[in-house]
Order: sequence, then structure tokens, then C-alpha cells
Amino acid sequence: MHHSIEIEQLYYSYPDGHQALRGVSLHIEPCEKVALVGPNGAGKSTLILHLNGILSGNGRVRVAGLPVVKENLGKIRARVGLVFQNPDDQLFSPTVYDDVAFGPIYQGLPPDEVRQRVEKALAVVNMSDYLQRVSHHLSVGEKKRIAIATVLSMDPEILVLDEPTAGLDPRARRSLIKLLDNLDITMLVSSHDMLMVRELFPRMVVMDNGSIVADGPTQELMANEALLKAHGLEAP
Amino acid sequence: MHVHFLDPYRPGHSSIHQLDARVKFILTLAFILTTALTPIGAWPIYILLLAWAIIVEILSELGVGFVLRRAVLALPFVLAALPVIFTVPGAALLSLSIGPWALTITLPGAERFISIALKSWISVQMAIVLAATTSFPDLLTAMRAIKVPRLLVAVFGLMWRYLFVLVDEALRLMRARLSRSGESDREDLKSGGALIWRAKVAGGMAGSLFLRALERSDRIYMTMLARGYDGEVRAAPLPPLSRRDWLTLWLCLGLLFAILVGAALF
Repeated sequence: MHHSIEIEQLYYSYPDGHQALRGVSLHIEPCEKVALVGPNGAGKSTLILHLNGILSGNGRVRVAGLPVVKENLGKIRARVGLVFQNPDDQLFSPTVYDDVAFGPIYQGLPPDEVRQRVEKALAVVNMSDYLQRVSHHLSVGEKKRIAIATVLSMDPEILVLDEPTAGLDPRARRSLIKLLDNLDITMLVSSHDMLMVRELFPRMVVMDNGSIVADGPTQELMANEALLKAHGLEAP
Repeated sequence: MHVHFLDPYRPGHSSIHQLDARVKFILTLAFILTTALTPIGAWPIYILLLAWAIIVEILSELGVGFVLRRAVLALPFVLAALPVIFTVPGAALLSLSIGPWALTITLPGAERFISIALKSWISVQMAIVLAATTSFPDLLTAMRAIKVPRLLVAVFGLMWRYLFVLVDEALRLMRARLSRSGESDREDLKSGGALIWRAKVAGGMAGSLFLRALERSDRIYMTMLARGYDGEVRAAPLPPLSRRDWLTLWLCLGLLFAILVGAALF
């Protein structure tokens, strides 16, 4: 077993010169659920995009036991399920089935297995009835669940979510939290939803201005009001 | 993550940057018109116009190399003029035979092609300087000042504003696809999928981008209505031109006219 994230001294600047990551180091153990919090523009999304090699900065990144280098990108993208903040970006196919099947088909799985994977993934997110629905017409909460199913169908070892509860109504949010709680998988979730962070994640990493400023048990960090205030956060 | 590479504007403080956008716009149009009206084979005039363009490039502090590199992008369009090499009658320069066809390059044809290529190359350089030293909002103001229809200017403005949003959206879609383009650990499987399937996925992406652009345009229109838009584009009055701007305008227009007269006598 090697399901983990290891990042050492990661630096990244965008092409326009903006330095987004300034020496980030982070280790996540197998099956650990970690929340990534911090103000807008702290570098959370940039960090997340390094986990499957969409962006590559200076530093060492190992994911699921593999170094994130060009030769491994295919394998890494199959092992890391990255769910983007806006489900509309994630759902680019005409029907729900096509979208959830994208990953397995791309990997070259035989049609029967693709179908099984899709059905299983949709069952996990409680959306089995939506197989032939048009993604475009779903509600935000439904889209979010389908977006998660699109990566679960790849059988990933690590699930990375960017702001999963943003824009959800209380009921959709609650059911998403329940869904995440039930998934037994390594998880790194960036969020502004401090209530969810406290409820779901035993460990919390605080980022600000491109570096990690705190990393520890959620209960402890949430109690440190001075720390939260200094980085534009609020205890729930 | 946003897209900047589409924006040709290069901020700066050179005298060309500081010239009023209206003056720059009119002069660029006049320059291109003069270049276009210069007769075929008027080589000294071309050299004069090229020298003018290079002086402007130096004054703009963009670097002559920068403008020349950009100008290369326009070269493929010059190829549209390639047939004139063969179609203009005159003394034969070279004969090519491809199977049953014989193509003859004529001297006047070659002369005409080189003239067209040079003229478009010089014109493109000036257009690049205009776009690189003038921010787009200023260009829109300039268009309004020379009475380009206001609705058209408003459409240009909206297009410019939302083109970046659309490109960003397309990039995010592609990034989401890339994230799920994985490789199985099983040795017997080949990743990538069939060509037709990939084409279908790309088609789906294009379709969803189109739907979203349509929905966004509806939302934008509603925000405009909510602020009292009634189909009439209104604009704030333009500030007056300074004396220096007027002077530059008339001086350059005069020079261009002189060049045109020279070219006609040539």
C-alpha cells in the first residue's frame, strides 16, 4: 500500500510571474482525510493541480507511490480523482453516462467493465436513476454528485476535491457530506466550509500566500482564533 | 489561472504609447491606405514607408524584433496573392511543368507579388504597433470618435470582454478532461480510446461550450436590462485632443499625402 501524497519544497510561478506556491511541503498518509483551507488566492487550487501533473513546478511531488513526472502522468491521472470546483467544467459530455464512462473508456477497459464501473460509481453517489439524463439540465447538487462519480469510476486511490460544497443548498450539502464521510479513501479537500471541515476532517492544513502556515489536528487549529483571524478565516 | 496571451497590448510609457488613441487609429488607417494605394514596383516609396514603420517601432520602445516576429504571423495570408505570379501576362522568367500543365512565372507577375507581399508586411507592422501600444478600451474610444457605428463598437467591446472568459472556460474543460485521461495499471489495456470516441467527446465539449456561451449572453443581457438598457448604446462624451496630438495628426497626414503624391508621380 502506498496511497499517499508526498510533496517536498514545491515552488510554482504562473507564466505572468505571479508566485503561487512558495516552498510547500505536505505529507498525507493512506486513507487520511485532510482539509485544505485558506483565503482566496492562497494557492490551494494551484497546489491541487500539481497532484496530477496538470501544473508542474519546482520541487518533489510523489503521488500514490509514483513521482509526478511526464512518464507517469497517465498512471497518476488514473489514481488521483480530481474533482474541480465547477461541475460544469467536469461534465462535458451530452449525457451522464458518457461523462462517468469517460475515464474507464480512456483507460481502454472493455465495454462490459465500463458499464459496471459506471453503474457502481453512480450507485455510490446515489444517482443510479440518472444514467441517461442530460448533464446540462441537472441541479448544482446533482451535477456535483455526478462530477464525483466521474472520478470514482476510475477507481482512484486518492480523491482530491476543490470546494465541494460551494453553491449547494443545505440539503445537497448535507447529502454530499454524508457521501464524503462514507468514502473510505485518501482525501484532500479544499474548502471554505469550516463547519464541514470540523465535521469531516480530523486534520487541517492552512495555506496563505503560497505557503502552508499551519498543519495539525482540526480541533486544535479551530480553537486557535488568532491563527484563523490572521489568515482571514473564521471558526464555525 | 487566466489567459493573457491573447491580449496584444504591451503597457509602456513611450511617446507612441502616450499619443492619443484617436490620433493613432486615424494615422494607422491612413498609413495602411497610403501603402495600399502605392503602385506596383514603386520600390523607393516602399523603402520610405518601411523606414517610417521602423522609426515608429523604435519610438514605441516595443523593439523592432518584437514587431517583426509578430508580423511573420500575417505571412500565410500573403500566399493568397501567389497566383498573380503566373496569371499576369509578360516576359517569362521561369517555366515549371507539372504533368500536363505548364506554369510560367512572368516578370511583371513576380514584381506584382513581391509588391503585394511587401505592402502587406509593412501595413501589418503598423497595425501591430497600434494594437501593442493602445489598450483595447482606448481603441474602442477611437473607433467611436471616428464614427464607427456605436452598436458595432459595443459588440467589439463585449466580444473583447467575454472572449477571455470563454477561452478560460475552454481551458478548464480541457483540464478536466486531461485529469481523467489516465492509464490503467493492467498491461493488456491500451489507453486513449478510439478515434471516433475521442472526436465525439471533443464534439460534446464544443457543444457544451456553445450552450454555456449562449446562457451567459442571456445572463449578461439581463444584467444590462436590470440597469436600464433599452437597446440604445450611449457613451460619455470624448475629451478634447491636445495641441500636440493635433499637430502630430496633421503633420503625419500631410507627410502621408506627400508620399502618396510622390508615388503617383513615380
